[in-house]
Amino acid sequence: MNAIKSLDDLKKIREEALAKRKVTETSGATQVIVGMGTCGIAAGARETMKAVLEYIEAKNLPNIVVTQTGCIGLCEQEPILQVVMSEKEKVTYGKVSPEVVKTIMENHVEKGEVVEGHVIPMQG
Amino acid sequence: MAYFRSNVLVCSDPECIGKGSEKILESLLAELSKKGLAEEVKVMDTPRIGDCDKGPEILVYPEGYHYVGLTVEDIPFLVEEQFLKGRPVNKLLAPPKKEEAQELREPTAKEVRVVLRNCGKINPENIEEYIAENGYAALAKVLTEKSPDEVIQIVKESGLRGRGGAGFSTGMKWALTRDTVGDVRYIICNADEGDPGAFMNRAVLEGDPHSVLEGMIIAAYAIGAQQGFVYCRAEYPIAVKTFEIAIKQAREYGLLGEHIFGTDFSFDLEVRQGAGAFVCGEETALIASIEGKRGEPRPRPPFPSVRGLFGKPTSINNVESYANVPQIILNGPEWFASMGTEKSKGTKTFALAGDVKKTGLIEVPFGITLREIIYDVGGGIKNDLGFKAIQTGGPMGGCLPEEFLDLPVDYERLSQAGSIMGSGGMVVLDEETCMVDIAKFFVKFIQDESCGKCVPCRVGTRRMLEILTRITEGNGRPDDIDLLEQLSVEIRQDSLCGLGQGAPNPVVSTIKHFRKEYEAHINDKVCPAKVCRALISYEIDPEKCVGCTLCARNCPVNCISGELKKTHVIDPDICIRCGICKQVCNYGAVLVK
Repeated sequence: MNAIKSLDDLKKIREEALAKRKVTETSGATQVIVGMGTCGIAAGARETMKAVLEYIEAKNLPNIVVTQTGCIGLCEQEPILQVVMSEKEKVTYGKVSPEVVKTIMENHVEKGEVVEGHVIPMQG
Repeated sequence: MAYFRSNVLVCSDPECIGKGSEKILESLLAELSKKGLAEEVKVMDTPRIGDCDKGPEILVYPEGYHYVGLTVEDIPFLVEEQFLKGRPVNKLLAPPKKEEAQELREPTAKEVRVVLRNCGKINPENIEEYIAENGYAALAKVLTEKSPDEVIQIVKESGLRGRGGAGFSTGMKWALTRDTVGDVRYIICNADEGDPGAFMNRAVLEGDPHSVLEGMIIAAYAIGAQQGFVYCRAEYPIAVKTFEIAIKQAREYGLLGEHIFGTDFSFDLEVRQGAGAFVCGEETALIASIEGKRGEPRPRPPFPSVRGLFGKPTSINNVESYANVPQIILNGPEWFASMGTEKSKGTKTFALAGDVKKTGLIEVPFGITLREIIYDVGGGIKNDLGFKAIQTGGPMGGCLPEEFLDLPVDYERLSQAGSIMGSGGMVVLDEETCMVDIAKFFVKFIQDESCGKCVPCRVGTRRMLEILTRITEGNGRPDDIDLLEQLSVEIRQDSLCGLGQGAPNPVVSTIKHFRKEYEAHINDKVCPAKVCRALISYEIDPEKCVGCTLCARNCPVNCISGELKKTHVIDPDICIRCGICKQVCNYGAVLVK
């Protein structure tokens, strides 16, 4: 650990600490979940995941938590991507290629409009 | 900054490093890049997570999973499951922590948090979190922009007064210490919190140790001290441990030691543990204890600011006083002086205890009334009983009855009313409390804790306790009240230190405000609150008793007789007046007379 020798040193540590805290405090107003079971990965979920992360990085979107989930039993629809926005119900998209990711991120995650064409209709 | 979907904090506390946390970090990085996740998952080290005894440990965000006891062999599986498939590895997770007792609630509208602002919010064992809350910015400002005299001037202007109880101006104390000629000066933090039921200082030491540490470094700079001591009672092991971690981290960052912030100012400090003698909270006794002598007070003057620790000028301040200092420097003395009353500025922490609905730690601005504290902050009296008195200031404080409920709380007004501010104990008493019994309780405490050095305190409190005991046992004599009053004057005038001088307070204030209760005990042999066992008796109301036998089965001395479905009777000669029959009766048939 480097000793703090000046005001700038202290500021630097403070900024780092704030960044770290942001990491631990992000409760995530929006959650993006990628299905990463064996079926998902086989269907290309890794590319889907990368596309999500790249999109967030490029646009510097705040307060988004990206997590994975396992197989949800809809293997033929993989890669699956789910979006949960605070109070609203979870929306599940199927066959999400990196191109589809862009559409979903742009319309749903950023603007809150569900991309109907890619939603898997859920029964019951 | 690249966007990472997951962040991993690896504990780099020496204890965890000793258990191989560095290898864990390496293999995590290797495994992540092997799986192609290095761009998605960021790995950082962090000073301390907190469960190092089960180390090495890591925290995985955003989920907040806490893995402990990791070995390098666990890592491939962990990375595969946690980061590739997104499933927590249950067998490596730390057992869920039990919810800690909530001493600190969400503040109510009447509360203002200055001293407690970080408590319960930051990790006290991580200096970075304190720095994130603008920590050590006040120290930086002081060392780079202000002269020691300017610092003292700021603290004087703020109106900060000693939070240990006496209420002496903190700035003035620093100035007196600085002005005493000498080559070596010391500062001491008095963390020997001993009032029954008080835990304000402990909460700060355990919840935000760096605020105290920063306040001490600023004080040392202001008075020109190179060495400081924190005197904490050994009954606070967690506070001691937390503070020692704080000192260690501050040293690592160069905030303690030589040339702090690259200036010529050097300062270091250490923790000294007290063995739990109440009198060691008195400053001269505390100093003697640090010196390795018996913890006994000595006459003042000379005050510690002139001749203190090892005979050198010493400034000794309370935990809470120090914790206020960084905030005063950062926000300015005007900000601090804008809170409170004319002579008492800022906020005060209190340990609210007794018969209120919401007990616990509170911080309120001076000038708030006792009524607001009890009914708005404390939520009113438990079981919706009536209010009888509030005891403030710890064992040497006094009891104030209902007519003082609208008294604004500050140093002067509490003294005028016959109580004291003290360090911040506040015990609320409901109508079922016997005031003679309460006075006896506090005198018993003081009598136990008297160091025995001077006669008025050693013998006087003993006699006082004997008189109070005989009153509560129904053997009070007609002139006992006068005797207590006379004794009080003598103990107060002739005792050496604050402990003896304050010892009569609980008796004097209860006689002043509840004289009738004393008279009832002595003359009528009755305890109006029905507390003193020798003066009450239990009886069973024949009209209410249904003969369920519950009381008879629960009586520890088998003094209740009666057949099933017939009225029961208590034998007063055997009855020990424990009250269990009254507690268990479902029909309210047991009466206290």
